[in-house]
This record gives sequence, C-alpha cells and structure tokens, in this order.
Amino acid sequence: MSDPSDYDAGSYVGTERQPGSREERTVAREVRGYLLGLSLAALLTVASFWAVRTHDIYSSGVSVALLVLAVAQIGIHLVFFLHITTAPDNQNNILALAFGVLIVCLVVFGSLWVMLHLNHNMVPMDQLRRMQH
Amino acid sequence: MSSPLLPAGSDAALAIAGITPDALGVRSAAGPASKRIIVGYGFWIFLLSDVIMFSAFFAAYAVLFRNTAGGPSAHDLFDLRNTAVETACLLLSSFTCGMASLAVGQRNQRWTQIALLVTGLLGLAFIVLEIREFSGFVARGAGPGRSAFLSSFFTLVGCHGVHVSAGLLWLGTMMAQFYAKGFRQDIRHRFLCFSLFWHALDIIWVAIFNLVYLVGSLPPELLP
Repeated sequence: MSDPSDYDAGSYVGTERQPGSREERTVAREVRGYLLGLSLAALLTVASFWAVRTHDIYSSGVSVALLVLAVAQIGIHLVFFLHITTAPDNQNNILALAFGVLIVCLVVFGSLWVMLHLNHNMVPMDQLRRMQH
Repeated sequence: MSSPLLPAGSDAALAIAGITPDALGVRSAAGPASKRIIVGYGFWIFLLSDVIMFSAFFAAYAVLFRNTAGGPSAHDLFDLRNTAVETACLLLSSFTCGMASLAVGQRNQRWTQIALLVTGLLGLAFIVLEIREFSGFVARGAGPGRSAFLSSFFTLVGCHGVHVSAGLLWLGTMMAQFYAKGFRQDIRHRFLCFSLFWHALDIIWVAIFNLVYLVGSLPPELLP
C-alpha cells in the first residue's frame, strides 16, 4: 500500500507515509492545494451573490451567468476537493463521472423540454370544461 | 497469474472467450488496482447515482417553479443572507474535511479529531439554519402543502438537508472509530467514503444555492 500512485478521488487517506522532511513538504503542498480550492470556490460564490445584486450584467442574462458560475464552482470542487484528475488511475472515475453528467443532462433538460411542450400544446382548462359538456 | 478481482478459474474461461483480463480493465501493467482505489470507485458510483436522484428533484423543481397557486413565490420568500451563511458553513466544512483527510494520512489523532469536530459543528450550524428557515416558511403559511412550487422546493432542499444530517451521524461514528480503533486500514477506507460523501454534498449545495436561491430571488420579469 506504499505505492505513491495509491490515492485518487479523496486525497491521501489511504497512503502509508515514511517520516522525513520530504513528506512534510508534500503535506504542505496538499494544504496549499486545499487552500487554493477554498479560495477559488469562495471567489465564485461571491461572484454568484454579486451577480444577483449588480446592474452591470444584462438583466436577462443573470440566470445564465448563475448557471455558468455554478458549473465552474462544481468543477473547482471536483478537482481540488474530490481530486478527480486526468491521472491514469483516475480514468474509471472520469468515465463514470462523464456518464453521470450525461444522465443528469438528459433528466433535467429532457424534463424541461417535454414539460414546456406539453404546457404549450395542452388544451386550455376552460376550453376543456366546455368540451366535457 | 490469477487476478484477485476475478473468481477462480475465470482466467481460463476468459481465455476460451478470447478476452484478456487486461481488456476488462481490472488488471493493468502496474498490477491489479489497490483495494483503496476499488473502494473509492465503488463509492463514487453510488455518489453519481445519488446525484442522478437529485437531478430528478431539480427537474421537478424547474418544471413546477412557476406553479405558485396564488401563494408566495421564491422572490417573496428567500432571504439571501441566510443562504450566504449556510453556503459559508458548508464550504468551510468541506475544507476542514479535507484537512481531516490530511491528518488521517499523517496518522495524527489530535488533528483528525479537531478537524472532524469543526467539520461537524459547521454542518450542524448549516442544519440549524435550514430548520429555522423551513419553520419560518411554514409559520408564514408557505409549507410544502401550499403549492406545487413549495412541494418541489421542500423536497429538493429537504432531501439535501436529510443527506447532511445522515452525514453528521456518519461523521460522529468516524470520530468514535478513529478514537477507539485507531487508523486501521478498513476504517481509513470508511473515512475515504465519508470524505467523498461530504464533498459531494457541498457540490449539490452549490447547484442549490445558485439555481434555487439566487435564481429564485431574481425579480419575476428577469426569470428565463
């Protein structure tokens, strides 16, 4: 279990470490990675809260901006906190994630698409009542 | 050489079928994947299925968002200051959970317990704020029975809250296990799953605060 490649999604939890100064530098680097992730995520969070208050964004574009900021922040969390990377030992995780994203998009956008069309094509309620008489 | 991931005799069966174990991805040039990677992968699959369940709740909310049945709309209800504090709690708890992972990697009992305690307190603060918000809505006559919008809102955000509460129980169990049994490998694997779970909950919350609270707080004429 001392293989240095023995960590993926979710940091160093399972690795065995040898004591020594080189290892400590590695921990410092890990802490810096988490701090960088935290500051990027905080920055995007502040940007989201700023976007709903400001008048600098074209007003009908605010909800699209929020969607983009959400996706960006999710990306930051995946890379810095869940450690989903492009490393070879992470390929299975990436593939599963890609499949999950596909299903999520199908469920969300598919539902919206179908339901909006149904609303559009439905006979209005009062007309429906008249037809029943 | 027989792979530990395949049942005995399956190498022969695969050879007859013309498939090498390498082609199945269970064995690479570096040898079979370690148990840690397999555990993380399995739990990652579970988390993705959980995310897909949440995506169905998101879809229901997006479809029913305008169906307020004459009751209060998102714009009337949401208090963004409360949402901001909740967001800060969860983001910081995700960070301290990462610190706990590093402390576990270092086999440092004291820092593991401290980081997990801070993570738990931040999670608890989030839950308390959410319960306060929900009971405030119900007191104003905006409970889950008021409209389709509110039903879908309480289901989506409440389901996330239930996940966080379950995560808090799990966190307490992990603290007790590290304290009583030390940094045994199976317990470290359990903790790996917990940290993945906790970070994934924060990801769900990122989608909720952006697409439910912030989009919902926009004036009605600005909504897509």
